[in-house]
Amino acid sequence: MTAMVAERSAERTRETPAPAASTRRRRRFRPAVWLLSALALVLAVAWAFPVYWMVNSSMLSSVTLEAATPTFFPVGGSLKNFERVLTPSFFTALGVSVAVTLLSVAVCLVFAFLASIAISRFRFRGRVSFIVTILLIQMLPAEGLFIAQYKMMSALGLLSNVVGLSILYVAAVVPFTIWMLRGFVVGVPAELEEAAMLDGLSRTQAFLRITLPLLAPGLVASGVFAFLQCWNEFTVALVIMENNRTLPLWLRGFVQQSATQAIDWGQVMAASAIVAIPVIVFFVIVQGRMTSGLVSGAVKG
Amino acid sequence: MTTTVASRPVSPPAGRTPQPRRRNWAPYLLILGAAVVLLLGMGYPVVWQIVTSFQKYGALQQLGGKAPDFVWFDNYIAIVHNGTFWAVTVRSVVFCVVTAAITVVVGVLMALLMTKVPAVVRFVLQIALLLAWAMPVIAAMTVWIWLFDRRRGVVNYLLNLIPGVDVGQFNWIGTTPELFFTVAGIIIVWMSVPFVAFSAYAGLTQVSGEVLEASQLDGAGAWQRFRYVMFPVLKPVIAIVLLLNLIWDLRVFAQITLLQDAGPKSTDYDLLGTYIYKTGVAGFDYGAGAAMSIFVLAITIALSWFYVRSLIKEETS
Repeated sequence: MTAMVAERSAERTRETPAPAASTRRRRRFRPAVWLLSALALVLAVAWAFPVYWMVNSSMLSSVTLEAATPTFFPVGGSLKNFERVLTPSFFTALGVSVAVTLLSVAVCLVFAFLASIAISRFRFRGRVSFIVTILLIQMLPAEGLFIAQYKMMSALGLLSNVVGLSILYVAAVVPFTIWMLRGFVVGVPAELEEAAMLDGLSRTQAFLRITLPLLAPGLVASGVFAFLQCWNEFTVALVIMENNRTLPLWLRGFVQQSATQAIDWGQVMAASAIVAIPVIVFFVIVQGRMTSGLVSGAVKG
Repeated sequence: MTTTVASRPVSPPAGRTPQPRRRNWAPYLLILGAAVVLLLGMGYPVVWQIVTSFQKYGALQQLGGKAPDFVWFDNYIAIVHNGTFWAVTVRSVVFCVVTAAITVVVGVLMALLMTKVPAVVRFVLQIALLLAWAMPVIAAMTVWIWLFDRRRGVVNYLLNLIPGVDVGQFNWIGTTPELFFTVAGIIIVWMSVPFVAFSAYAGLTQVSGEVLEASQLDGAGAWQRFRYVMFPVLKPVIAIVLLLNLIWDLRVFAQITLLQDAGPKSTDYDLLGTYIYKTGVAGFDYGAGAAMSIFVLAITIALSWFYVRSLIKEETS
């Protein structure tokens, strides 16, 4: 989304120079533009190729994939690999992933929403320290904490448990969600609420009827982010969920086999595609916010 | 999506309801949920990690029920004298700096390229980058391992097509650590470039066309226009994406673990994350693992501080 807006303004800035100058320039730089376009297309192919290759291989049989010459287009391909991959172990992992993700996203949205109201609508002692803390916590790597998290979950009896993993996911995702929602809450002027209160609504009513509906898009966007982070998470799940695998751990099982035995790459790619495609769809929807959330301040300044 | 929000007149922060009269408990109640879950999921582990890094907490204490003894700085002294740990640390830092630098340079160059090509080409490139960015790490790693597969991988096939090149069935990830980390670097650059390119492109659109035109009329060459007109605008964006990439590339646990799954597993192929995992979780030495984790946390917090400060600047101004 940001990219689209940005594109429009780029268009504008480039079209500002006087027409005479721009045509002259365009004629002179024609070969350069062609060369650069060719380079851009080559780069586009390089970046899209692995994603394409995943989809392509997922539709080819093991016999085709074993041939000395790779098959670059899935002509005569089938969805058999997908059928073979949808085993009970997949559905178990899917169930775990769905449960963890839904629980984490729901709890995270509620907590983050309340906290974002607090830091953007109230001035209170400790507000800035709270903001600094959440921003710093957001950067803490799971790689530096997993021993402690493992020990804590084993003491609580929550190893390989959906609730245990969800607690850690909420803690990991809530900081960024607060930060992102804060941007939306600041965007809704407090005057709107005050006006409604002058018209006789209570503070709570004004909030529920005026502010909340305006924040709905922000909640959806932040929710999708939280979803993506929990759905893709690998490190914490690896440490905590020994006997109750999530989808990324299930997918890892195929990679581990590839080291020791000849495996059917078509099936592995089908498995990857099943994990990746829903994520790609969601991601494309909310991508603009990701960039602006992480570098907000820098771009504006 | 946000047009409704954005199109409304946005009030300055001064428009917030003032609550000066009495101590108001509402904000504290509002942050309670987030604070509790952060204390439980992050705060407690950090404290436990610090305490444990001062204890002897090995297999005997974990399995034999022996209470861990305080040994103060013994764990830290032990890791300082641990040659493998230093080798892994140096490797991690070099890997992180090189990968982050390449990512930022490639990303910024791609953003510049986007401003030079027709809209259709730019759109195609942006879609391709978006696809790569959206790939879950685990799925991306699986595909790349397949691409680098020694027998039927496309990489070997394409290299063999080049006249005069014959790599046969070369094993890219299992031959030497240098090649292993080159492959890991290529994959991580591929994953990280889209974010940098989109951020830098958003920054470049803020560069005024008039100023560029004027500088060109005044005889500034392409490099001078970049250095004196575009770069000052891009600088804050580059600083932040470089910082984020440094922090992210220090924690490439998932990528390295998965590459090791498909190839060699010795400590020569470890970075900090996987080495801590092997020492602490798989090797049953919580004390040493915790001390190393504190080391990683300290580096991360030192790096993050600059990032957080730049975000806070906006908040308090």
